[in-house]
Amino acid sequence: MARPARELIRFEVNGDWHELAVEPRTTLLEALRYVLKLTGSKQGCDKGDCGACTVLIDGRPQLSCISLAMTAVGRKITTIEGLAEGNRAHPVQDAFDLCGALQCGFCQSGMMLSAAALLADNPRPNRDEIKQALSGNLCRCTGYTQIVDAVEVASGQRDVPERDERPTTRRK
Amino acid sequence: MLTLPPFQFHSPKSVAEALTLLEAHGAKAKLHAGGTDLVPNMKHRLFTPEHVIGLRDVAELHRIGERDGALAIGSMVTLADLARDERVRAIFPSLSSAAAQVAGPQLREMGTLGGNLALDTRCVYYNQTYFWRKALGYCLKKDGTVCHVVKGGQKCVAAASNDTAPVLLSLGATVRLQSPRGSRELPLDQFYVADGIRNTVLEPDELITEVRVLLPQGRLVTGYQKLRLRASIDYPALTVAVAAWLEKDGTAQWIRMVISALGARPHAVKRIEHLFGKPLDAAAIDELGQAAYKQCHPLTNINVDPGWRRLMIPVFVRRAWQQALAPGPQ
Repeated sequence: MARPARELIRFEVNGDWHELAVEPRTTLLEALRYVLKLTGSKQGCDKGDCGACTVLIDGRPQLSCISLAMTAVGRKITTIEGLAEGNRAHPVQDAFDLCGALQCGFCQSGMMLSAAALLADNPRPNRDEIKQALSGNLCRCTGYTQIVDAVEVASGQRDVPERDERPTTRRK
Repeated sequence: MLTLPPFQFHSPKSVAEALTLLEAHGAKAKLHAGGTDLVPNMKHRLFTPEHVIGLRDVAELHRIGERDGALAIGSMVTLADLARDERVRAIFPSLSSAAAQVAGPQLREMGTLGGNLALDTRCVYYNQTYFWRKALGYCLKKDGTVCHVVKGGQKCVAAASNDTAPVLLSLGATVRLQSPRGSRELPLDQFYVADGIRNTVLEPDELITEVRVLLPQGRLVTGYQKLRLRASIDYPALTVAVAAWLEKDGTAQWIRMVISALGARPHAVKRIEHLFGKPLDAAAIDELGQAAYKQCHPLTNINVDPGWRRLMIPVFVRRAWQQALAPGPQ
C-alpha cells in the first residue's frame, strides 16, 4: 500500500514534552533513537525477546521495540537518559558502577530501568524477586550475579564491595 | 533491525467506535491490544494489514468486576494487572498463576487477556523472518502449500501457545464477542478449533470484549503448570491446567483437565468421568496423568523435543494436582 502520511504525536520523555511527526508504523524505539536521538535504549533483537529496548511507560517497564509510537501518545516515558536526577545518579546506576555489573554494556540500560521499576514498587526485594523482575532482560556477558548484587546494593541490603574488589575503572 | 510494513493507525475511544472501524475495514484491519504478538508478527510479514485499530483508549474494556454471579474481565486488562488482582488470586489461583507466567515482565505489562486468548498459533517454520520463510519455500500456514512438520500434511499443526486459554477452559469460562452485526457469548471450548492456520472462530470484524468465569459455589481447587526451556520469556512447550470441585469429604464432584501448547487447539482430557465422585488420591492422579498421556501426541512444531514433551505430561499433571490440593493459599 502507499505510505500513509506522517502524523503529529505528543508524548513526555524524561520530563520534557516532545511533538514529532512519524509514520504510523514507527516503533517507539525508532522514534526515541532516530527522531529524538536518544540512543541509550538499545535495538537488540528488535522483536520483543531480549529486553535491551526496555523503557518505562507511565512507570511500568515495557519493550519499546514492539510498541508503536502511536500508542505512546500522551504518556510519560522514561529512558536511561532520564533515570538520573540532574547530576545525581539513580541509586541503581551508582550500584551498577560500584559492583561492576556490566561487561559489554548493551543490556545495561534496559536492565537498570527494570531494576529501577522494581525498587519503586518494592524497595527491599529479596534475591528471587530481583531475578524475577529482571527475567525479561537478557545479558550474554556477566552471568547475572553482579547484576543481582548491584540491585541488592541499590536497595541498601548489601554492602558496597571492598575497594580492591571493585573494577579497575573505579580506582583513582 | 526489523521494520514494520506501512499501515494506517486508528485509536477508537469506545467499543462502538471500534466496531464502526471494523465495519469499514474488516478483513483489511487488525486489532492491536498490547501488540506483543501482532507487532513481531507484522515485522516478520506474517500480517500486513492496511489498518491497525489500537484498543488502548477503549476504557470500557479495562475493567474487572463481579456481575451476575460471575467474574467479568475486560479483554484489555493487562496480564500483569490480572496476575496482581487480589480477587483473581484468591478465587482462581490458576488463572493468576498462568497470567504471571506469560513471557517476561515487560511483555506482561503490555499484553492483555483478550490478546492472549486470540494469540496466533506458533510453529518453528512460521514464526520466522520473511527472508527465512522464503528461503525454505514458505509453509501451509503462510504463503505456501507444504507442511514442514508433518510431511505431506494438509492440516496446519501450529501450536496454541497461550497460557490463559487452557486455564480458562478448565474453569468453564465464556467469551463475549462483538461485531457490527451484533454480539454473541460463547463457551470458550467452542471458541477454539483444531486448525493451526486460524484456531478460533473469531471473525475478521469481531472483537473480544469480555471473559466471564462463574464464581464457584463449592470448594474449587485449581492448578497450572508450564514447561519451557527458560523460566521466562519463552513460549510454553507444554501446559497443564486442572480444576475440580471438591465435596466436604474430599471427593471430586467434577474434574476438568486441559493440556495445551502441543497442537492447534487446547485439549480437554476426555474419558475421566469415572473418577467423578471419588477421592482425588495418588492413584486417581496417576490415572489422570496416564489418560492425558494417551490422548496427547506432541509434534516437531516447536524447537523442543516432542518425546520429552510427551513424557513430561504425566509429571506435569501430577504437579498441577499437587499444587491444586496443597493446603493454604497457592
